[in-house]
Amino acid sequence: MTSVLYDVPGPKAKVRNWIYTAVFLVLFALAAWWILSVMADKHQLDADKWSPFVTDGRVWTTYLLPGLGETLRAGAIAMLIALPLGALLGIGRLSDHAWVRIPVGAVVEFFRAIPVLMLMIFGSAFFVQFVPAVSSDIRPLYAVVTGLVLYNAAVIAEIVRAGVLSLPRGQTDAAKAIGMRKGQTMVYVLIPQAVTAMLPALVSQLVVILKDTALGGSLLGLTELLAANRQISANYSNTIATLVVIALVYIAVNFALTSFASWMEGRVRKSKKSTGAVLAVAEVDDLAAGAD
Amino acid sequence: MFDFLDSGQYDLLGAFWVTVQLTLYSAVGSLVWGTVLAGMRVSPVPLMRAFGTAYVNLVRNTPLTLLIIGSSLGLSQTLGFNMGGSTFKETGFRLAVLALSAYTGTFVCEALRSGINTVPVGQAEAARALGLSFFQVLTLIVLPQAFRAVIAPLANVLIALTKNTTVAAAIGVAEAALLMKEMVENEADALFAVFGIFALGFCLLTLPTGLLLGWVAKRVAVKR
Repeated sequence: MTSVLYDVPGPKAKVRNWIYTAVFLVLFALAAWWILSVMADKHQLDADKWSPFVTDGRVWTTYLLPGLGETLRAGAIAMLIALPLGALLGIGRLSDHAWVRIPVGAVVEFFRAIPVLMLMIFGSAFFVQFVPAVSSDIRPLYAVVTGLVLYNAAVIAEIVRAGVLSLPRGQTDAAKAIGMRKGQTMVYVLIPQAVTAMLPALVSQLVVILKDTALGGSLLGLTELLAANRQISANYSNTIATLVVIALVYIAVNFALTSFASWMEGRVRKSKKSTGAVLAVAEVDDLAAGAD
Repeated sequence: MFDFLDSGQYDLLGAFWVTVQLTLYSAVGSLVWGTVLAGMRVSPVPLMRAFGTAYVNLVRNTPLTLLIIGSSLGLSQTLGFNMGGSTFKETGFRLAVLALSAYTGTFVCEALRSGINTVPVGQAEAARALGLSFFQVLTLIVLPQAFRAVIAPLANVLIALTKNTTVAAAIGVAEAALLMKEMVENEADALFAVFGIFALGFCLLTLPTGLLLGWVAKRVAVKR
């Protein structure tokens, strides 16, 4: 393993690296031992705190899997609405007409500046007051989806805009030269190529959407995956074990989503429909930060 | 329309002040932790690299809400780490700062790592030819340039952090989002006014940050 920062290690450097490794290992082991001993003191390592997740199928069928289902449902609905809406807003921001470009830009900047949690709280109050037809048991889902859509459509709009702008100028010129109209240029030339460039950015945004559904559980009463922690730890009094298992489920789902996306990206790239440009993280504001 | 502000019932400025404090403390915490993580991820010691990679990937894929609730239910209530806080208010605030720093540190680390990649190879080679060690190359030559290159991405991380502090409402920290939740419940007839106030508050917090740091980023950029 070589890098900009260091050479292939010689005999001295190898010894030094071994010392660093040993020191790091000792520090890490000390920290781990300390945490584990505190956990053992508070009886958090007892087998009966962790065994329900393996032996008692009801933990999964009653709490975790329905919770995961609700998380995926809220995430999927929000993605399905936010993706096309975001694409529309992104294209609107690129419009040649100021009367389209400016208001769309204002909307996008406004919703990007507001925390998604506030949009969810607003959504919840909005449905209580103006749409009483939404009954109280489905209201949390509506509120969470509303908040997620408003916020993420704005972020996706920025991704789409950056994706289209990342294409070489010659693409538009060539489309014009063969007599395509603006709409045709966008639909047949720019968007298909931009999609490949946008894929990594879009998928990290989908991960953000999935993670953000957890906000609905703690503050708006959505019965999603994280909210399952209350019922499980009430039944088995194993707060830490439950939180660890729930975190692992989130990590597994998000990891699967990311892996699927990089596989997709490879496929799309191989079909040679794109310029091969990849959107750098810095080009899109909220990605670098993974706004939660 | 805005008469509920005159009643003195709601401490609007106080709530936003908590938001600002959460942001500042977590920004410092995540900058320190993120730099340490980035150092580990580029270090010549495979074990440190593995730890850095594992930490970043695990924490980034966990919802921030889970980290904050975990710090409150798990760390504080179950294990008894109260971060030295004596009152409920103090403890909640410190736990939120801890979780926000642990989460945001991963984004700072990734931004810094991409900044390290912008430093030309020749610089590190020249530094090594002068006999500087890995640690010296990193702290004297590479990181100062990397920091200047990543001010704009770090500004975005800071803006996202400002918005993310609202998640602290989940453990009852009295910041802006918690007050907004209380206000929309009590002042249902002024829903849009309440939302407008909080939206404006966040615009006032995030827009100057972006503009100021964008200006700084342009000024200090290393011309190549």
